[in-house]
Amino acid sequence: MAYSSKAKEHYQKELNGIKEAGLNKQERYIHTPQGADIKVEFPEGAEEKEVINFCANNYLGLSSHPEVIKAAHQGLDARGYGMSSVRFICGTQDIHRELERKFSEFLGTEDTILFPSCMDANAGVFDVLLDREDAMIADKLVHASIVDGMKLCKAQQYVYKHSNMVHLEEKLKESQENRLRMIITDGVFSMDGDIAKLDVICDLAEKYDALVLVDDSHSTGFVGKTGRGTHEHCGVMGRVDLITTTMGKALGGASGGCVSGRKELIDLLRQRARPYLFSNTVPPVIVSAASKVLDLISKTTERRDKLEKNTLYFRKKMTEAGFDIKEGIHPIVPIMLYNAKLASDFSKDLYYEGIYVIGFFFPVVPRGEARIRVQISANHEMEHLNKAIQAFTKIGKKYDILGKDKKAIIEKYGM
Amino acid sequence: MEDAIKMIIDYVKKEFLEDDSDMEVKEDTPLISSGIVDSFSMVSLKTFLEKKYKIQIPDAKATPEAFDSVNNIISLLKEYVKI
Repeated sequence: MAYSSKAKEHYQKELNGIKEAGLNKQERYIHTPQGADIKVEFPEGAEEKEVINFCANNYLGLSSHPEVIKAAHQGLDARGYGMSSVRFICGTQDIHRELERKFSEFLGTEDTILFPSCMDANAGVFDVLLDREDAMIADKLVHASIVDGMKLCKAQQYVYKHSNMVHLEEKLKESQENRLRMIITDGVFSMDGDIAKLDVICDLAEKYDALVLVDDSHSTGFVGKTGRGTHEHCGVMGRVDLITTTMGKALGGASGGCVSGRKELIDLLRQRARPYLFSNTVPPVIVSAASKVLDLISKTTERRDKLEKNTLYFRKKMTEAGFDIKEGIHPIVPIMLYNAKLASDFSKDLYYEGIYVIGFFFPVVPRGEARIRVQISANHEMEHLNKAIQAFTKIGKKYDILGKDKKAIIEKYGM
Repeated sequence: MEDAIKMIIDYVKKEFLEDDSDMEVKEDTPLISSGIVDSFSMVSLKTFLEKKYKIQIPDAKATPEAFDSVNNIISLLKEYVKI
């Protein structure tokens, strides 16, 4: 037997280390379709509990939308279940190419290539487009998938302080001797919900002759007046060279991602991107549903507008209730608690009040920056939002943090 | 060696601390385990040292432990260069 006691002990020790560090992730089982009202089993074997979901990336509330489900059924009926092939052998249907065209039109780009996930898109994009003599200049807080993608690329790596444009310019000056350079950022950062300064980034990119890549996973479909993304919000449509994004969040939330941008770059990715070449693409059922999602949100901004209204209402009421909230306009609303145990206890108490949220602390966010991340959806009605605000206020009173700023909360609970 | 220590501390402060940070960085201040330098930014620090001393630090040697304090970094550098 190859699985020796030495190997078993090694892995058990790793697992114990994760548990002892308080970093063990326990999954909660949802017994309903994804939505605002869900039934959750937690811990395993416990009775199902009805809760309001405030931690999904279901921004537009399309995960279980009847028209999206109908389109998924139609895709399944018309084009079958699986492809049993990668794209370049016999794994491309007409609907795959059609979805790529729709993405290009929606995002205002020249062409698009689908990937099995945005994680795969980010893992594959850099290695193809940049080599040893080039440079990648990334915001410190880019998503983990970008960090991994950069690790797979031989280009020199520079990191600038989060959204610090002076530091970015320093890095652009430092890397003048590199052949090609690419500025890499998230459009919206997933823990703070803050928006990248894409207008300044594009100006700097032009000044220093650098490409710009934006991961718009937390934006596509709802950020910007017509939901095209961060580039629309910042007024730089057509100036961003590459957008990577996901279908796993606002756009129906199933899975799949893409890279959209300059034609030559997309053509080259189609020839060389390893996650594209060596894995099946998204199945017809998802392609068909995602295509419907793009139709729906191109036709009307109704859901995006409702999400905006919900977000502004929740942010305003929670601020009035005395919570310390990171300012912004995004449906990611970080309720700052600073102390890890407080964030963890607070989210548990909220769960028993029927509000499903998650506490985040180091190493997911910097030490002393623990928070509860609330995510608003267009599926939330006023009743949902008000229940959450009431529950937050009740638990906030219990821990005596209402009206307290960072200094006061840290004085009371430590970092 | 004092110059090298000062140079690394200055680099860490300039590159990794926010402009308004009043955090002190000394030779034995934990860098990685404290979160001042994350594993992503560690690559920049490694590149900076390699350029500065015209050396190549193998990835196998560039562990979070080896970069966890200025003292540790100095010990690592001594394997490749006289400082």
